[in-house]
Amino acid sequence: MPIAIRAEHVNPFILSNLETFSKMVGVEARPGKPILKHDARLDYDISGIIGLSGKVIGSVSLSFPQATALAVCNKFMSANLKEMNGEILDAVGELINIVAGNAKKGLSEFNIEISLPSVIVGRNHRIVEPKGSVGFVIPFSSPLGDFHMAVSLKPA
Amino acid sequence: MASPVKVEHINPFVNATKVTFETMVHTAVTPGKIMLLSGSKLNYDISGIIGLSGGAKGTVAISFPRVTALKVVSEFIGEKQLALDETVKDAVGELANIIAGAAKKDLTQYKISISLPTVIIGENHKVQGGKEVMPLLVPFDSQFGSFHLVVGFTSEV
Amino acid sequence: MKILLVDDSSTMRRIQKNTLEKLGHTDVTEAGDGAEAIAKLQAGAGSYDLVLMDWNMPNMTGIDALKKIKADPALKAVPVIMVTSESEKTRIMEAIQSGAANYVVKPFQPETLAEKIAAIKK
Repeated sequence: MPIAIRAEHVNPFILSNLETFSKMVGVEARPGKPILKHDARLDYDISGIIGLSGKVIGSVSLSFPQATALAVCNKFMSANLKEMNGEILDAVGELINIVAGNAKKGLSEFNIEISLPSVIVGRNHRIVEPKGSVGFVIPFSSPLGDFHMAVSLKPA
Repeated sequence: MASPVKVEHINPFVNATKVTFETMVHTAVTPGKIMLLSGSKLNYDISGIIGLSGGAKGTVAISFPRVTALKVVSEFIGEKQLALDETVKDAVGELANIIAGAAKKDLTQYKISISLPTVIIGENHKVQGGKEVMPLLVPFDSQFGSFHLVVGFTSEV
Repeated sequence: MKILLVDDSSTMRRIQKNTLEKLGHTDVTEAGDGAEAIAKLQAGAGSYDLVLMDWNMPNMTGIDALKKIKADPALKAVPVIMVTSESEKTRIMEAIQSGAANYVVKPFQPETLAEKIAAIKK
C-alpha cells in the first residue's frame, strides 16, 4: 500500500519545534497555518537543513531573516553576539538537529533517520524542494521574530 | 571540539564526483587541496545538498557560481541553459543525488540511506556544517569553472 | 523502436531522452513511477520494444514493476533495462533474476546506454 504524504505528517515537526523553542530557546513560538511550499515566496538570510530517510525521504529546514537568527541564537546560547559568525551558524545547525531528532518519535511508523545538518548563509536565498515531494512551509511567530519551517517528504 | 571528516570518508565522495562528471557531464574534473570549510573563498549561487543517515550520518553539498552551474547543467542535460530556473535547480539536485549514490558504494559498511536533495538558490551564499563534525571542502576545477564539494560525515552515530 | 522511459527525476528522463534522440529513437514515452509504467504498458500492450526503468521510485519501485511485467503474459516479452544508482551485486542479481535484460549503473556515459540498447535490438 503506497504511503501518502499528508498534512498531519508535518505535525511531529511542528510539535518538536514548539518544544525546542520552549525548552531550549526559552520563548514560545506559535505556528501559523501550513501552506504548500510551491505557493510560498520567501527569502531568507540563514537556513539550517537536515535530510531525512526511512520509509519516507525528505528534508526539514528552519529559515530565518538575519535579525531573528541573531535574536534566537543569542537567547539559545545566552550570548550577546552582534553579527553573524561561526557561532550563530553552529547554533542554527544545532537547532535543526534537535528539532529533527525530536520529531522522529512522532513518525515512528516511517523509521526515520536524520542526516547531519547543513547551514546556508546568504542574503535572500531560497530553498527549493525536490520535485515529486510534498512540501509544506509552516510560518512561526515568536517574541524574537518570525521564521519558517519547511518540510518536504516523499515515499521512499 | 569536533574533529574533521576522516580521509577514508572523504575519498568516496571525491571519486564519486570525478566519475559522475566524467560520465554524465562529459568532462574531467580535478580535485584540489582539501581544506577546512572556513578556507572557502568561493561564493555560491546554487547548491545541491543531500543528507546521509543510517549507520553513519553525513551531508554532502555541491555548490556552484551561477555561470559554472549553467555550463555544467547545459552539458549534463544536453540543452543550453540560460537561467537558474526549475530545470537547472532540478539538475543540480540530481547531481547531488547521483554523487551521494555513487559514494555510498564505497561506504557499504555503514548501510547509508540517502535523503532527498534540497537546492539552495541565492547569490553569494555559503554552506556550513553543524557541530558534530568539521566538514571538509574539496575544490574542483573543470573546463566549465570551479565548484566545491562540502562533505560532513561521521560514523559516530 | 517504441521506448518507455521510467524515472521519477525529470532531469534523468530528459538526459536519457536526449541520448535516445541522438541514437535516432524519437518514439519515447515517459512515466514517473512503476505504477504509471505498468498502466502505459498495459494500455499499449505489444507496442513497446524496450523499457528503461529506474529502481527507486514512489508508488511502485522499478524492481516491483519489472516483476509485474514479467508475470504478465501480455507484457513479459518486452525487454527491460534497469537504469539506476543501485550498484550492489545482490541488487544486480535480483534484477537479472527477475528478468531484466540488462543493467546500467548511474553515473553512466551515454555510450554505455547506447551499447546496451543496441544489444537489445539485435
